[in-house]
Amino acid sequence: MSAVGDQFAQQFALWVYLSRTPLLWLTLTLFAYWLSDRMSVASNRHPMANPVFHAIWIIGVILALTGTPYAVYFEGAQFVHFLLGPATVALAIPLYENRRTLMQSIVPMCVALFAGCVVAMVSAVSVAKLLGVPAPLLAAIAPKSVTSGVAMGIGEALGGDPALTGVLVVLTGIVGALIVTPLMNAVRIRDWRARGFAAGLAAHGMGTARAFHINPVAGTFAGIALGLNALLTAVLVPLVLILFGH
Amino acid sequence: MIGGLIVILMCQLAGEAVARGLGVPIPGPVIGMALLFALLLLRDRIASRLPTAMSGDTLEKTGQGLLSHLSLLFIPAGVGVVQNLGVFAEYGVALGAAIVISTILALLTTAWVFLPVARLTAHDERSGS
Repeated sequence: MSAVGDQFAQQFALWVYLSRTPLLWLTLTLFAYWLSDRMSVASNRHPMANPVFHAIWIIGVILALTGTPYAVYFEGAQFVHFLLGPATVALAIPLYENRRTLMQSIVPMCVALFAGCVVAMVSAVSVAKLLGVPAPLLAAIAPKSVTSGVAMGIGEALGGDPALTGVLVVLTGIVGALIVTPLMNAVRIRDWRARGFAAGLAAHGMGTARAFHINPVAGTFAGIALGLNALLTAVLVPLVLILFGH
Repeated sequence: MIGGLIVILMCQLAGEAVARGLGVPIPGPVIGMALLFALLLLRDRIASRLPTAMSGDTLEKTGQGLLSHLSLLFIPAGVGVVQNLGVFAEYGVALGAAIVISTILALLTTAWVFLPVARLTAHDERSGS
């Protein structure tokens, strides 16, 4: 074998090794996020510079170009994915620190939670059904406003594909983070509690992350909405799907 | 850092145990969040007798570390779109429309319900406190 061919074979072997280790894909996930987050900061947190959206397409393109299956990518990315659970638990900390502000708004929060949760589920399922989406996909879209770890569990329990639920949840988060600021400005809602609570309810952790970037009070209320909505959706999703004859 | 992480993981573990063991339809991490909140309330009363993982701001620092890059944690699930390109080729427009319409409706409903109820109840709390 020629020297050039030999070198190529060695490089190829190195790629085959690295592309199968969790290390490469974990690093890529962090790097793509870091890069997108820097762009977001540079654009002064413009909604269109959503770090999750840009990180996802960057990683998606790299996986497509290298012919890497998602399962191999997830071997590395699972370490990041796992932290969704502990992060949900950790939301108790901002909740606790702001418990006095929260207690003052407990009644409006409970009423808005119920209204928002029902509207989020019923509108998603009914629009999808009207546009001809089949039943198994309806089960995947019903919990789309809940944070992904939780939603994937709910979707799976109802016979939906958990991976698809995860994607729909993240898409909802991107859409919510993108539109919450212009939408709230357009309808002249300036109360940070209401804006944050709506962002956390409709767009879970990504709405919460967006709210924390804008205002700490909004972020706190978003965190509570995220937690409470996970709770209420888990209870209500089966009922909604029965209503739609699932 | 490690102490704080242990407390958080133990809350999640207890939450999962309760959810699975008792068949509660509430997800484990959400129960874990309620447990950690209860622990923090309890901490104020018995602060002096607690291990360092619970006292001081170890827990707060760990939690802030986890929460400061919350959006990062959604990337692995989001990349799953590459696995569902067939579904999106067929139903992408319908699913996209459902997500956009439903997100706008949920945001507006929540904020529009929150504000008048907050105005109505604000009076009572001021007289109560």
